[in-house]
Amino acid sequence: MDYAAIVVLEILYMIAFLALISAGLAIVFGMMRVINLAHGEFVMLGGYATIAAAKAGINIYFAMLVISPIVVGAIGLVVERLIVRFLYGRMIDIMLATWGLSLLLIGLVDLIFGNTAVSVPAPIPGYRIGHYQMGGYNLFVIAVAVLLMSGMWFALRYTRVGLVARGAMQGREVVSALGYNPNTIYMLTFTVGAALSGLAGGVMAPLTGLLPSSGGAYIAKAFITVITGGAAVIAGTLSAAALFGTVDQLVSFASTPVFGEIAMLALALVLLRLMPQGITGQFFRNST
Amino acid sequence: MTGSGFGIGRIRWNWFAALAVLLAALPLVSETNTPTLLAIWALFALSLALMWGYAGILSFGHAAYFGLGAYTYAIASFNIGESTVPFVLALIVPAIVAAIIGAMMFYGRISDVYLGVMTLVVTLILNRFMNATAGDAYRIGNARLGGFNGIPAFPTLNVPGEPSMEIYGTFYYYVVIVCLIAAYLIARWILASAFGRTLIGIRENELRMELLGYNVPAYKTAIFAVSGAMAGLAGCLFANWAEIVTPSVFSLGQTAEVLIWVIVGGLGTLIGPMIAAVALGSLKLELGHQTTVDNSLILGAILILVVLLIPRGFAPTFVAWRRRFAQSQVHRRQARGTRRRHVALQEAKQ
Repeated sequence: MDYAAIVVLEILYMIAFLALISAGLAIVFGMMRVINLAHGEFVMLGGYATIAAAKAGINIYFAMLVISPIVVGAIGLVVERLIVRFLYGRMIDIMLATWGLSLLLIGLVDLIFGNTAVSVPAPIPGYRIGHYQMGGYNLFVIAVAVLLMSGMWFALRYTRVGLVARGAMQGREVVSALGYNPNTIYMLTFTVGAALSGLAGGVMAPLTGLLPSSGGAYIAKAFITVITGGAAVIAGTLSAAALFGTVDQLVSFASTPVFGEIAMLALALVLLRLMPQGITGQFFRNST
Repeated sequence: MTGSGFGIGRIRWNWFAALAVLLAALPLVSETNTPTLLAIWALFALSLALMWGYAGILSFGHAAYFGLGAYTYAIASFNIGESTVPFVLALIVPAIVAAIIGAMMFYGRISDVYLGVMTLVVTLILNRFMNATAGDAYRIGNARLGGFNGIPAFPTLNVPGEPSMEIYGTFYYYVVIVCLIAAYLIARWILASAFGRTLIGIRENELRMELLGYNVPAYKTAIFAVSGAMAGLAGCLFANWAEIVTPSVFSLGQTAEVLIWVIVGGLGTLIGPMIAAVALGSLKLELGHQTTVDNSLILGAILILVVLLIPRGFAPTFVAWRRRFAQSQVHRRQARGTRRRHVALQEAKQ
């Protein structure tokens, strides 16, 4: 019984983790059809921002929930103005340029913070289920993911901003017809996407030590979650995260975490082959 | 792609011969360890340049076939000893894997971006798997996969049929150069054949080729396999150069590097990416001597700048410049001629 509870908790945590690290990428991909290969590095930078702020004596929750998104959002804004805006409509070139950006950021962080792992202790103590020790902080991650996803859903569905954002998903003309400059909207979207990546990095920072190359651990998972999810930002991300999170943890419990990850990646290959439009291209078509 | 990007003119044999002589004479003036590695990287760049530049297929995971070539050689040579069969296997296994993955993608009509993601995922799976294979449970015949530490001390290449005569040093350099030149000539031959022309047609307009009756997925799968075999050859040569294979041959860094060589060198040329591989490879080795500036910092900056400023890469841009220069010379000459005729006419009138 205890064991079952733990498996369920771990699956929930994995789903929350995938949803969290994919949110920023999903917004940018869903609305602008831009694949940002530097996404993992944005998450990594969010982590570094939180750790640096926490080491400077700032409250860690404030650091991860406010400082990290602002810092990474600002970086995203600069990147959009300097690089991405010249390449809209050229999908492959954007992938290449952001891959270059990813290497550049790894090199920069390496230069500034050095190639050693930094970490910060989790601010919530563990608890026990029967004989098993569980990380209390995992519950916090689940809570943040739930709040983030429902917040995004509410914003997209019921606010003016959400309306414009959904217009942007339809295309540039729709944004123009609503009376906005599409370039401004794209700039803001990219910034918000980067800020969400920063938030994810900040929230995950206490659970994983950080290296300049840590972004690589996120990019593939975020990628397959978003691409497999398909065009609908919330429903796609959630359904793909649920599927991959469950598979990953079940296989992990049955064998090792490495095979969990391999099973997840292999499943992604099969799904992409069978449903090139993603899960929401096949099911839940009218969702957000 | 612009019209001028067809770029499969005749081989300029005089240049080719000059370069071959230069490469053959190199051991007289230099050590061969670094040039061998650079030639292997040039071969790796060639494999991607052929597929991406001419068939328009961008793989974000070409390191998969490079790594498969390296691992296949290492595992097979442990089990067989004599190196001829492992060498051949190191070409065949990556080609077969590439054919299977290629068929899966191309017959499924996966679009560019998804293709990029899928190839990337394949490389990641191999990387994760090889990293996890530490311990005795993971062995193929006599070869222990060794996880993160990789496979060291496998028998290196020998003269075919003579296991005791190992190939190393300058001799190995010549073997690599011969492989590189052979691969280059095969690539040129492919491009000059009807098969190559069809590939270029597919790159230019896939739908039109489809409607003309060509079996587009079959062509794409075939070139994917050929490119995979070439990458496998590069991987096999790399394994023999390093005398160890580790999961880092499947890393994202390896994949990024070959991609950068090709795009910097230029799409739609073979020689451009090979030169870029040698140049950027040398830069990487130089940067390895110091610790202030990281290699990935420089590579990343180069990739961003090239995509933004010269998205066609150096070689085609250089050719376009030269053509424009030549044309401006012709114009100037023509203008001068007209002026002269004009002056002569005026004088005659007087």
